[in-house]
Amino acid sequence: MALDKNGIAKRIAQEVQDGYYVNLGIGIPTLVANFVRNDINVEFQSENGILGMGPFPFDGEEDADLINAGKQTITALPGASFFDSAMSFGMIRGKHVDLTILGAMEVSENGDIANWKIPGKMVKGMGGAMDLVASAENIIVAMMHTNRAGESKLLKRCSLPLTGVGCVTKIVTELAVIEVTDKGFKLIERAPGVSVDDIRKATEGTLVVEGDIPEMIL
Amino acid sequence: MIKKTVKNVQEALEGVKDGMTMMLGGFGLSGIPENSISELVKLNIKDLTCISNNAGVDDFGLGLLLHKKQIKKMISSYVGENAEFERQMLSGELDVELTPQGTLAAKCQAAQQGFPAIYTPAGFGTEVAEGKETREFDGKMHVLEYAYKADFAFVKAWKGDEAGNLIFKGTARNFNPLMCGAATITVAEVEELVKPGELDPNQIHIPGIFVQRIFEGKNYEKRIEQRTVRSK
Repeated sequence: MALDKNGIAKRIAQEVQDGYYVNLGIGIPTLVANFVRNDINVEFQSENGILGMGPFPFDGEEDADLINAGKQTITALPGASFFDSAMSFGMIRGKHVDLTILGAMEVSENGDIANWKIPGKMVKGMGGAMDLVASAENIIVAMMHTNRAGESKLLKRCSLPLTGVGCVTKIVTELAVIEVTDKGFKLIERAPGVSVDDIRKATEGTLVVEGDIPEMIL
Repeated sequence: MIKKTVKNVQEALEGVKDGMTMMLGGFGLSGIPENSISELVKLNIKDLTCISNNAGVDDFGLGLLLHKKQIKKMISSYVGENAEFERQMLSGELDVELTPQGTLAAKCQAAQQGFPAIYTPAGFGTEVAEGKETREFDGKMHVLEYAYKADFAFVKAWKGDEAGNLIFKGTARNFNPLMCGAATITVAEVEELVKPGELDPNQIHIPGIFVQRIFEGKNYEKRIEQRTVRSK
């Protein structure tokens, strides 16, 4: 059975390792924080200027001066720090952040990503996404395998304006875990009960299948 | 001590004119210069170019200036929460230059620190880089981005002193320190204005040299855009 959004987040949380500084995008990536093992030390960075971001505040304790990049009220954990936007993107551009998890509208088989603009329809801006994808070396995309019209979001080439070129390393969807390789989308794991054929049908780009593909362990 | 205090927001905004380029601090509604924005609305000056990470919401922040059609051009990284903004942009009334957030920060900081331009990898291979100079460093492509030029910078800090030294709070810091000294005149509004010596020099985020005018703001609303809480 295909995963729900929490299932995708839960699988991605397995990629988070001890000692990682992690930047989480808006949407499914935000949920990843809920599933990270509690026996490892991880710090979450939000690009508006906090490292050591904690959970939402208790009712009545919210502070307008303490928000995340999604403009949601948050808390700061012991050991947290605040900084300006240039220093924040210095952490990102300088490759001090170990893992970036973000959503996408399309990913191509060479690792291009499109997630900021649908010409004539949605023009909200790229925020920090272009900076993140241009510099991060470990980028996981969290998204649904197909769009609302049922069309694949894993393509030979992106049709939407790009956010970054050749940058995505891994994709986790409701159907599969996929690595971006020189040969195309390499299938690593299947969601429980989902067949290789199901994944192939939902993938427009080249799907590389080598040997038996294990099911995800969640 | 060189004194930077002005009596009030009216004096702080002396000299603002139609057609000027303004930098405004803040991320979303956090750390925006509320008093200066209200005064800009009252003065009703037009054809402004505004450099600010976001464009406010429909009835607060820069949304107030947009509503009165005072802005000709907006330079931002994300403008998602504003229906009037979207309407003006799609109808062509408003010129919009979308810029990656880190690049926007770097272009402010370059202006503050006297760099004419910077190279960044952000946006290479995308429409943001179209028509711009690019250059390879260590096998990776970068885009040349010029420092901003602005007439006024409006920033908001938590505490400040009469010498113009500033301390910010939490994530309300964001773009505010980077815009100080990045324009011809920097106007800082603070929640609490104190006498020289009352702030610990070790804790100052922005030295007063970057600030021309400082005043204590009034009636801060500090609106929360997305109130998210958990239960006890």
